[in-house]
Amino acid sequence: MSKAPPPTPPLPKDLVGLEELSADQIRLILDTAEPFKEVSERPIKKVPALRGKTIVNLFFEASTRTRISFEFAEKRLSADTVNVAASGSSVVKGETLVDTARNLEAMRIDMVVIRHHASGSARFLGDRIRSNVINAGDGKHEHPTQGLLDLLTLRDRFGKIEGLKVAICGDILHSRVARSNIWGLTKLGAEVAVCGPQSLMPRGIADLGVTVFKRIEEAIEWADALNVLRLQLERMTAGFIPSLREYNRVFGVTRERLARARRDIVIMHPGPMNRGVEIDSDVADGPHSVILPQVTNGVAVRMAVLYLLAGGSPDWQHPGGGQGGGAE
Amino acid sequence: MTRPILLRGGLVIDPSRGTEDVADVYLRDGKVAAVGRGIAGEDGCLVYQAAGKVVAPGLIDLHVHLREPGQEDLETVATGAMAAAAGGFTAVCAMPNTDPVVDNQGTVGFIISQAQRAAKARVYPIGAVSLGQRGERLAEFGELVGAGAVAVSDDGKPVVSSHLMRTALEYARSFDLPVADHCEDPSLSAGGVMHEGLVATRLGLKGIPAAAEEVMVARDLILAELTGGHIHLCHISTRGSVELIRRAKEKGVRVTAEATPHHLTLTHDACEGYNTNAKMNPPLREPEDREAIRQALVDGTIDVIASDHAPHHYDAKEREFDDAPNGILGLETAFGLAVTELVETGLLTLPELLFRMSTRPAQVFGLPGGTLAPGAPADVVVLDPKVRWTVDPGAFFSKSRNTPFGGRILTGRADLTIVRGRVVYERGGV
Repeated sequence: MSKAPPPTPPLPKDLVGLEELSADQIRLILDTAEPFKEVSERPIKKVPALRGKTIVNLFFEASTRTRISFEFAEKRLSADTVNVAASGSSVVKGETLVDTARNLEAMRIDMVVIRHHASGSARFLGDRIRSNVINAGDGKHEHPTQGLLDLLTLRDRFGKIEGLKVAICGDILHSRVARSNIWGLTKLGAEVAVCGPQSLMPRGIADLGVTVFKRIEEAIEWADALNVLRLQLERMTAGFIPSLREYNRVFGVTRERLARARRDIVIMHPGPMNRGVEIDSDVADGPHSVILPQVTNGVAVRMAVLYLLAGGSPDWQHPGGGQGGGAE
Repeated sequence: MTRPILLRGGLVIDPSRGTEDVADVYLRDGKVAAVGRGIAGEDGCLVYQAAGKVVAPGLIDLHVHLREPGQEDLETVATGAMAAAAGGFTAVCAMPNTDPVVDNQGTVGFIISQAQRAAKARVYPIGAVSLGQRGERLAEFGELVGAGAVAVSDDGKPVVSSHLMRTALEYARSFDLPVADHCEDPSLSAGGVMHEGLVATRLGLKGIPAAAEEVMVARDLILAELTGGHIHLCHISTRGSVELIRRAKEKGVRVTAEATPHHLTLTHDACEGYNTNAKMNPPLREPEDREAIRQALVDGTIDVIASDHAPHHYDAKEREFDDAPNGILGLETAFGLAVTELVETGLLTLPELLFRMSTRPAQVFGLPGGTLAPGAPADVVVLDPKVRWTVDPGAFFSKSRNTPFGGRILTGRADLTIVRGRVVYERGGV
């Protein structure tokens, strides 16, 4: 009797971005994340799905929330994790990204979660090591797990993505969160708009299938959900906008502006927030905000990604299938 | 004493005289002695059967980086001159952004003597516009010319100060010297690593707008008109620049311009996958820009093809796109790319291409060569314009390997390169 051929992995070896995933693959990750949400509600927040796997969190850029979120995801799957915080550019340090990659491979790491300041660095690493590589943010290119958790949060709130009107507001030019969201949302059938100062709007953005709003009021009137991006202080010093004060006056998401929104408009923010710049506190802490659910969903989505990349079967939590569920 | 050489029965194309006939070419004492049918060479001369091949004046590349002095691990004058010869070039002009910069007679002389020792393609040094290429004070053009420089440039970088460019153009007139500018406004291009457009947006890379080149092209053309100097514009990459040059030429401004083989072949799509061998300055642009450059070579708005040969170390290119250095090799693929992209597509005839790669470069910088008129230097190339070959960077004579064309099939290459009446390159089997 011949053996059944090994199943084709549902996802590529690396999660570099949402641009190269199909709608089905994205839906698979979201569906897999649902049951992992439940794990985080248990008193003992652990499943043995990735027991024995070694995962390195390779963060070249400072990040508290994303790194902690990944670390919780990894530990809740029972993996062994190591955090490497490489400060500054690898060039300054003296060790190139290529050498870092080779060293990791030599230590037989199973998975690497990388955040790096250079666009393309996740792909660069993934092409050179056999370990699974998960992009936790590469330069201005993509932040796929953020895009995924944003999708999951919207789906939780609205029941679907298709036909939803989502406006991404802020510094689109420098935002990997914006790009990942644009890919994820358009692939799942949402209508996407971007809004922000023209000096922070990338060339050709309309060619990605998004509407461009010049004024935040237009975006608020139109949207079912706003994804408000963090404005980095450097944009002011680099001369893209005259001042943060002006930014808040013209583009800030304030309670007054939200009064013109749909009743149930949803406010999202990838964090960390600059309260009083892109978003006012009473909005961030108000009834429309799903900012905290985003964070909760972040851990679940990351668990799903790690699990699927490691070869886990999508129906793991059903007894008799996959790697078994339940706490130990 | 070099033996005379008889190149027998090739299709002799001399763009300087507009001739294209099957004929023999006889080279003696470092000069073209005769071109005609049925030449009987003297006893002891070397005879090459050139039937089925093209015999033309050697190609001339006005813009290469040979990295010596200072970065001899990437390339040297000798290896660069050899790579040039293998590419069919009998002469190249070496840009001065070496270490030390070619802003003094000592370094000019050093490069010339290294070239003489290598005895491959001729190497003409280009001197710096400003001392150290720092853009502050003029270099001593008189001293540089006296030592052998054929032009001045701060390439690698633009001449940012309009006052300095104006003075350079005026002062260079005293020596009939072209001033070659790398047109880039650094405040517009700062931090950019590829063309500013949809591909950069998708890849999350900072872009360099076409305007960064065009504002400097416009400025240089205006200053050339003001001063009556000869401005030579390096590696033109945008359709806007082409338009500006076209109009300036119509007005009689003394401008000449070059375009690289990669700008007439590739677009910013080549950066997909963060391919660092598609990273150069000026960057690869949009299909419309590539089209405009091709048309400009047809109508002469762009005078010559110049490779901007820029060797880089494998390790340097094997890194994140943001950090990788700009530039690719060019000498050993230039002719093949030009034939494939311009002649095979019917945009240029082979004689027209050879005009752009041999005769016109010699005219633009006032160099010997580019002609097979009797008495001219015996700088000749035997080309196979029909052969299809696969680019193999591992077989390059250059010390470096940074090219995006590895594995590409091109049409046309050099079989035999002769400088000063001596064979400096022979492909096995000619």
